[in-house]
Amino acid sequence: MGTTEVNFFGTVHTLWLREVKRFSRNKGRLFGSMAMPALFLIVLGTGFGSVFRYRSDTSYAEFIGPGIVAMSLLFSSMFGGMNVLWDKQFGFLKEILVAPVSRVAIMAGQTMGTVTTSMAKAMVFLVALLIGGLVKSDLQGIFLALVFMFLISASFVSLGIAFASRMTDPHAFPLIMNFLIMPVFFLSGALFPLDRIPGWLEATTRINPLTYGIDGMRFALGAPYQFSPLLNLSVLLLFWIGTTLAGGLLFRKMSV
Amino acid sequence: MEIDNAGYFGNGWGSRNVQTEPYMSNGTAQGIIRISGLTKDFGNLTALKDVNLEIGQGELFGLLGPNGAGKTTLISILSTILPPSRGTAMVCGHDVRTQQNAVRRAIGIVFQDPSLDDELTGEENLDFHGRLYGMRAGLRASRIDEVLALVDLSRRRNDQVKTYSGGMRRRLEIARGLMHRPEVLFLDEPTLGLDPQTRRKIWNYIRGLEESLGMTIILTTHYMDEADRLCSRVAIIDRGEIVALDSPGNLKARLGGDVLLVDISDHNPEFEEKIREYGDVRGVNIQDGRLVLTVKRGESFVPRLFETAQALGVEISAVSMRKPNLEDVFIRLTGREIREEPAIEPKDRVRIYRWGRRK
Repeated sequence: MGTTEVNFFGTVHTLWLREVKRFSRNKGRLFGSMAMPALFLIVLGTGFGSVFRYRSDTSYAEFIGPGIVAMSLLFSSMFGGMNVLWDKQFGFLKEILVAPVSRVAIMAGQTMGTVTTSMAKAMVFLVALLIGGLVKSDLQGIFLALVFMFLISASFVSLGIAFASRMTDPHAFPLIMNFLIMPVFFLSGALFPLDRIPGWLEATTRINPLTYGIDGMRFALGAPYQFSPLLNLSVLLLFWIGTTLAGGLLFRKMSV
Repeated sequence: MEIDNAGYFGNGWGSRNVQTEPYMSNGTAQGIIRISGLTKDFGNLTALKDVNLEIGQGELFGLLGPNGAGKTTLISILSTILPPSRGTAMVCGHDVRTQQNAVRRAIGIVFQDPSLDDELTGEENLDFHGRLYGMRAGLRASRIDEVLALVDLSRRRNDQVKTYSGGMRRRLEIARGLMHRPEVLFLDEPTLGLDPQTRRKIWNYIRGLEESLGMTIILTTHYMDEADRLCSRVAIIDRGEIVALDSPGNLKARLGGDVLLVDISDHNPEFEEKIREYGDVRGVNIQDGRLVLTVKRGESFVPRLFETAQALGVEISAVSMRKPNLEDVFIRLTGREIREEPAIEPKDRVRIYRWGRRK
């Protein structure tokens, strides 16, 4: 037959490679997906920066910098995970699912691929922030920020895959955008500090896992933060495990 | 639309339970595919009803039937995409229910709907497939060259699939199905929606595969001529059941004689009744407002046809005669036609359009 037993990591690598190839091929989409976070950073950072100063040593742009990196991660990870839905719609998923490989490996490869491409985009912002002097951090801080970024990305990719496994119609994309992604972003403390907002708003931001991701990144990147880094890390780890289990379970049960 | 079924098909052949004689070629002791009592329910709908079938190694086997007859369901079960409700199916000695990965390694499948990554190049699609099937780099490279040459796509290997035409995509999918050299290749409606020229080309590839690689090929189609030209044996499926199983030649031969197409001015039950009484008329059927007769010897029947028409005052405007085809066999067995569809179905048109604006 000319084929040997396919190992787990071989499959992960194959799926990962596909995502990276698609990513590197489409420059237009790359810049398109970075337009919104760039707009937020430049326009909001400058515009609100003129009326708003969080602390004497922190400009508004410095404050929202890590939040914008997280925004880029949230958008591209969630939509990246939901790309499974397009593969379903356009039949390619059949080709994958009929192959003699485990679904867990497929899901892991899909996740790693999308995490890679999402992190690559987010890192463009991170580097821009570093060059622009909006982030004051050392190598250790940047490494810690990358850990948080990975957890944010992997969690939302898995969440995206979970949704895509249940959905059949790509027309639901705007629905997810309006009722999940946007609220998660706006209620994460990415754009405003949480210590001066009314109680009801604070309560909603506190149940949002992204809040802890952004707070952790602020800690790592030398911006004002609120929670202990350990709390941030723990919440995010739990969220990652939860979404991975949900995504994995739904992906395994999915039929095409 | 009534069909005269009594007598001629009464003795065994026309009955719904067709005895399946195992087809053995090159001395194979057992069929490479063995299906017994296979049933598939979707809720209240029974898509497959007690299917028994054995397919031998190296056969080019056709599953022929109208859309919705259960062909794709059968292929989906054999390729482990769907689990059967009841019954067993063995592919290359592996049970599709319990030995999924062994079955998956042994088969290749070309789906009815497109299933390529159109942002990757043709070569990359094949490479992805080879990796998923655990092929080493060297083997992948040589096999890619080989299958691309086979389907005449070597020159376009580095172009993204979104620049390919429908026929090229189809050929690439066939090439992909061959990458890991499966023992059994499933082709689900391989020429659906393609122009006649491309269809003929694909038929040649399929025939070549069977001849040069000795591969067992199972294809589904609702095109009569496709089954007729390609397949060594055909199972006619209707409403989830196999209603006939034989070589296309034998199927047509059992129908016997000639098919007369008679254009008449208007419908006359008395006329049809009279014709039915002749001993050498084997079927009377109306198709697109035209009388379709199956008779033993067309040449000698035509004069009597006109006599009868004249006696009853029925006006015949045209008569044509041809040899029976599988369509006639199908009509005879089921009382219905397999409708030929337009080259591109509206559904596919939407799909192609959506493809263009993917993300």
